[in-house]
Amino acid sequence: MIDFYLNAKSGVAPYMQLIQQVRHALRLGVLHEGDRLPTVREVVARLAINPNTVSKAYRELEYEGLVTARQGLGTFIAKTLDGPAVAAQESLRQKLEQWLVEAREAGLDDEGVEALFLSTFRAFSEARA
Amino acid sequence: MTSVLRAENLTKRYGRRTALSGCTLDVPVGHVVGLVGPNGAGKSTLLQLACGLLEPTAGVIEVLGERPVSGSARVGFVAQDAPVYAGLTVAEHLRLGARLNPSWDSTIAEQRIAQAGLDPSQKAGKLSGGQRANLALIVAAAKRPELLLLDEPVAALDPLARRLFLQALMELVAEQEMTVIMSSHLVSDLQRICDHLIVLVGSQVRLAGDVDDLLASHHRLTGPRRESIDVATFGWTLIEDRHTAAQSTLVVRSTAPIDDPSWQADQLDLEDILLAYLSESAPAATPERVLETQR
Repeated sequence: MIDFYLNAKSGVAPYMQLIQQVRHALRLGVLHEGDRLPTVREVVARLAINPNTVSKAYRELEYEGLVTARQGLGTFIAKTLDGPAVAAQESLRQKLEQWLVEAREAGLDDEGVEALFLSTFRAFSEARA
Repeated sequence: MTSVLRAENLTKRYGRRTALSGCTLDVPVGHVVGLVGPNGAGKSTLLQLACGLLEPTAGVIEVLGERPVSGSARVGFVAQDAPVYAGLTVAEHLRLGARLNPSWDSTIAEQRIAQAGLDPSQKAGKLSGGQRANLALIVAAAKRPELLLLDEPVAALDPLARRLFLQALMELVAEQEMTVIMSSHLVSDLQRICDHLIVLVGSQVRLAGDVDDLLASHHRLTGPRRESIDVATFGWTLIEDRHTAAQSTLVVRSTAPIDDPSWQADQLDLEDILLAYLSESAPAATPERVLETQR
């Protein structure tokens, strides 16, 4: 079962944080098809957040087809996200590590790495959009 | 959209002092609403008008489609500092609640008392601040109101007691279909539990809207300094602007994404947005602005 948390400082709406955590857990293979998500009440009791926020996140996930709500039983993972991508992750991670080594050797600090990655990532996404 | 609270040109004066001036609001049902503003902005006055403890000087207020009447079974109210009867025990509070409220739900009351770890035989005067706040909440919620009004319920509590109180409150909201309006200036709490916000500044409504919409539509823009920025041509509303010799920093509201590449656009968290509205440089609210946020 997934354990949600909230980052109050992120500027990301709480319902979106919950959605991202489910997607993230799916991508990393922490959640699988058929797994049950905590009930709205369980999340509310644990995080002290608005029940509407949890319902909204679950509705959105259902709309995306990632989960299905079964009356009286709970909300269940309906499909696994990017099955093949999970397998490719290890090799991608190794390439990224190699790149990080090169960036360090070229003299980039943490902030420099982050800035370069984000600006490249942004330009890349925009070009593809 | 059904309204839980509707105010039109609502004004309240105490002698010469104006506590609320020309407030127009339409709060949809089914939300947990945060009421924010500096001290003296009129938060308590608005809550007391909403539960019928005060009469407006001018304008109209409607709660659940009716003029507010003090003691209504449909509206629960917990005043500042969670007042309880010091000489009565926890159990006596519940008996009193049951006697005074025809709609009293003793199952909920007893369950909640047990869950909060309150000893029924304890005198309320001997309870800690957090326990007292929980007792006041349970008494207000056990009559199953459609609207629960809370005036700074957690201001005096330590972080752990605050979290426990908010957990209890959110569980009540999950169980009962209840709208909550709660004043507070603890933004981290508001961000956690509220899905709708009302910002009062200087007796007036400066901002009202769904939290997700507010977060999505406010941006911080940083770029090279410019002398004049015609934000209206981009369809932005300027909330705040700061300039140094080299740089301009704006807080703008825009429902469309910011696609001008000469600005670096960042997301704001709720605290940044509130501070921008509460700061002196923010322009006063116009009725259109208030209404615009309610779509």
